[in-house]
Amino acid sequence: MAIGEKPELIRKEERDGKEVLVRHDGRLIDQLRPLRMEVGVLGNADGSALVEFGRTRVVAAVYGPREAHPKHMALPDRAILRCRYHMAPFSTEERKSPAPTRREIELSKVIREALETVVMTELYPRTAIDIYMEVLQSDGGTRTAALTAAALALADAGIPLRDLVAAVAVGKVDGVLVLDLDEVEDMYAEADMPIAMAPSLGKVVLLQLNGVMTVDEFREALQLAKKGIAEIYSMQKEVLRKKYVEKALGGELK
Amino acid sequence: MSVTPWEQPVIPKLKKYTMETVLVKGVRLDGRKLDEYRPVEIIPGYIEYRAEGSAMVKLGSTVVLVGVKMDLVPPFPDTPNEAVLVVHAEFVPLASPSFEPGPPDENAIELARVVDRGLRESKVIALDNLVLEPGKTVWRIYVDIYVLNHDGNLSDAAILAAMAALMVTRVPAVEKTGEGTYKVVRGKYVGLLPVNKKIVGVTIAKIANKLLVDPSFEEEGVADAKLMIVIDEEGRVAGMQKTGMEGFTEEELIKAVSIAVTKSKQLLRVLEEKVVPYREELSRKLVAAEKTEQQIEVVPSREEVESAEETGGQVSEEAIEPQNEKPDMDH
Repeated sequence: MAIGEKPELIRKEERDGKEVLVRHDGRLIDQLRPLRMEVGVLGNADGSALVEFGRTRVVAAVYGPREAHPKHMALPDRAILRCRYHMAPFSTEERKSPAPTRREIELSKVIREALETVVMTELYPRTAIDIYMEVLQSDGGTRTAALTAAALALADAGIPLRDLVAAVAVGKVDGVLVLDLDEVEDMYAEADMPIAMAPSLGKVVLLQLNGVMTVDEFREALQLAKKGIAEIYSMQKEVLRKKYVEKALGGELK
Repeated sequence: MSVTPWEQPVIPKLKKYTMETVLVKGVRLDGRKLDEYRPVEIIPGYIEYRAEGSAMVKLGSTVVLVGVKMDLVPPFPDTPNEAVLVVHAEFVPLASPSFEPGPPDENAIELARVVDRGLRESKVIALDNLVLEPGKTVWRIYVDIYVLNHDGNLSDAAILAAMAALMVTRVPAVEKTGEGTYKVVRGKYVGLLPVNKKIVGVTIAKIANKLLVDPSFEEEGVADAKLMIVIDEEGRVAGMQKTGMEGFTEEELIKAVSIAVTKSKQLLRVLEEKVVPYREELSRKLVAAEKTEQQIEVVPSREEVESAEETGGQVSEEAIEPQNEKPDMDH
């Protein structure tokens, strides 16, 4: 157990005449943190996006499709995806060494596999699509924010996708299932389940469970995640629509 | 950086086609049913001399060996009252033509981390019972996963082998060499590793929209995606990890979890039949050894003779309990 006293993470409160469970930051159990998304934030990248889940802030950039280097990596029938999830040294409580950790290597892999499902790699044989994610500030949920940003950056790069990917974590805190855990909740959670979906395809493309849940809790957690993912997904579409549709129609002048 | 695998083992297209066609009829190429494991074999205590605990697991022709070694270290600052658990996986090149020498790749790291989370989150080992001096000296438990032959489903074999190895791990004796300094006495043991509960892994592969357990190497080559599921002895889900380039639908996930809960019982039974008796036998031997030692009187260890230091000699189970004296360890 960590040093220091465990804060009160779930309390009962009266809201609108009803008694509800409230989290340490004032959120309801099925409430996301304030979301912010922006696409096309970087000048050099072919596509980019910035995503914030509360204080968690991730920037993603996409380069490609471009020539695969070294060449022996290229596949004759599709593009390869190269993915890097990385945390900036100043993004954590204690400085993190910039060298990739085992955690970052694992997360790069599960994020890549999630994106493999949606990117239409068959359209760009013999090329590479590079996806770089940098966690600028972490407060829990960095892999889900990174994946959400990566999907937006791919769309921003104009790479055909079967669907976007939206991701969020569901966890069990003091026996209660909650949506979008922050770092404090994650630290004390009995279970933490990051999950990503391609909602229109009806597919779960990333799923990890760290902790213990009953089978029924798992089902319930899945439903809670779907609710959060729907909100994130609609905001992703909204942000892309704002930039590409409304701008093209001359609705907004920069 | 994680890259789309570009040197995948070649599963002949025809074989893939055949596999998918027969799967639709609920049959697998090796004749197994969709929810059927290959024969499971466990050899507990395989590294009987040097390792504190070990087990070899065979799943068909997949062979995974896990060795447990223990040493003493200062604890992590945020967990001063807990032993340190380290899980490491090594895909040695002799195990498969697809493995190459070098540091662990993303697959080995992922496997080790899935096993680590399963053990840690279900509190399989009583880490709080393995503290010599809080904040100063605790046990470090290394769980090293060694793949010897890769014929698919390394995850289930690795979790089973890790669990079995931990169940038959003996805690070494400790010698106090000074104020707050200790030395592990190799080859002498004071008891068994405190194990709270058992977990097993059930991996489910999705091929042609069918879910099947314990995929072979060939099946993994064809599979769209895999879901590793860790189940504890109470039938709860104690960890999950999706791998592979496709997704699962919600219904498939729920079905996979329920298959895993059912199949976990079979693996838990193997642990019960093959490992528990070995553990009990070990325990009896340790008690017997302690008794003989008490009768013979304490023979001074080599170090004691050399340095003529006066130390406790006989190390009993109390040695691994937290102690209250203020040591002057410098670090």
